[in-house]
Amino acid sequence: MQHFTGITQVVVAATAEDKTGDRLPILPLWGELIFGIIAFAILYWVVATKVVPNLEKAYAERTAAIEGGMQQAEEAQQQAQAALEQYQAQLTEARAEAARIREEAREQGAAIVVEMRGHAQAESARITEAAHKQIEAERQQAVVSLRAEVGRLSTDLASRIVGESLHEETRQKGIVDRFLAELEAGDIQPEKVGEDA
Amino acid sequence: MSLNVLGAISLAAEGGEGEGFHAPTPAEFYQPLIGHGDFAITRPMVVLALSVGLIAWVLVATTKRAAVVPGKGQWVTESAYNFVRNGVARDIIGSKDFLRFVPLLFSMFMLIVVNNLFGIIPPIQYPTMSRIGFPIALTLLVFVIYHAVGIKKSGAWGHIKHMIPPGLPKGIYVLIIPLELLTYFVTRPLTLALRLFGNMFAGHMLLLLFITGGEYMVIHGSFGLKIAGVGSFGMALVLTAFEALIEFLQAYIFTLLAATYIAGSLADEH
Repeated sequence: MQHFTGITQVVVAATAEDKTGDRLPILPLWGELIFGIIAFAILYWVVATKVVPNLEKAYAERTAAIEGGMQQAEEAQQQAQAALEQYQAQLTEARAEAARIREEAREQGAAIVVEMRGHAQAESARITEAAHKQIEAERQQAVVSLRAEVGRLSTDLASRIVGESLHEETRQKGIVDRFLAELEAGDIQPEKVGEDA
Repeated sequence: MSLNVLGAISLAAEGGEGEGFHAPTPAEFYQPLIGHGDFAITRPMVVLALSVGLIAWVLVATTKRAAVVPGKGQWVTESAYNFVRNGVARDIIGSKDFLRFVPLLFSMFMLIVVNNLFGIIPPIQYPTMSRIGFPIALTLLVFVIYHAVGIKKSGAWGHIKHMIPPGLPKGIYVLIIPLELLTYFVTRPLTLALRLFGNMFAGHMLLLLFITGGEYMVIHGSFGLKIAGVGSFGMALVLTAFEALIEFLQAYIFTLLAATYIAGSLADEH
């Protein structure tokens, strides 16, 4: 190639007909200009019909794939959100349930306390009543026995005070006899006399 | 193929009357393979055809079964595609209209960047865009497209009116209208083509100078010149790395400006 070109140039130089090489470098060779346009047109056609559409299609698919992935992620997030809301709703419900049960228990407890208090008051009233009755009975008994005692004591005292005079007088007037007579007649119970004596 | 220019020069150097080093001239860039004159089949044409075939094959092969989860090849293509689609087209033109210009900007960027990088890739080592015909071809397309887009959007008269910034005092219009028309119809296409051409042409010229000069010094020079020749090769290496950066940058700038011009024609207000 080197020799070929070299020879060509030598030949060109020798013939000295071709002055193209001496032309100013800013003046185009028409052949090169036209060839440049044609070459670019061919490249443009290839790029515009075979390269760019494929690449743009791949870009569109990539965008779609990314958007699809994002949509999936969004759906997953929504599901998670729904699950969380459901869980929270259940939790709230459970709390309300617990509160309700506690309230019921408290009410029941209060009712039980009231009932027990009623029972206790009734019981205490009953016990107090019984005590009162017993005390009354005992008082009655005490009154009865006291009356007997007082009768005996007063009789004793009376007989002590009036004993002497009464002794003689009784003998004289026959009180003992009369008493014995009454005794025999059955008007006076022997136990009572015995008890009195 | 890479040695074409070098070969021609060394041949000239050796074949001449031995009168010393011939610095590379702009004429070195004219390399007809078949025929001569305006319609010769030249070396940059072959390189351009090669680049079109290569780009088309790689792009189609890596995107034929474009998947949601990209493979290695698709990932590489997508990186370049994203760079143009999002970094240039969408940012400059706006997300409403940019998609219909993506094929244009993407194929333009790929064609320019690959042909530029051919400037330093052995065994090609010829930046196609250092032949003014090719930048003019691309610029012509951009020029036609941004005017066509503007006319389609606002009508012919509306498109012309669109070029003039509104809300200026009447007197200024005398000054502004010729300036703006000059910008839209002359300055923009001219600078767009010349910027790309100039960078590639000058960069390659520099590399040629350092490499052929270094070669001459090492082969024909005295001892001191031989050392300088090695230094010259070193400079060529550094400049090659620098060229790689410029070649990418110029492809980016060309695409970016094309997008900017289209966006300007599409804009509702200034």
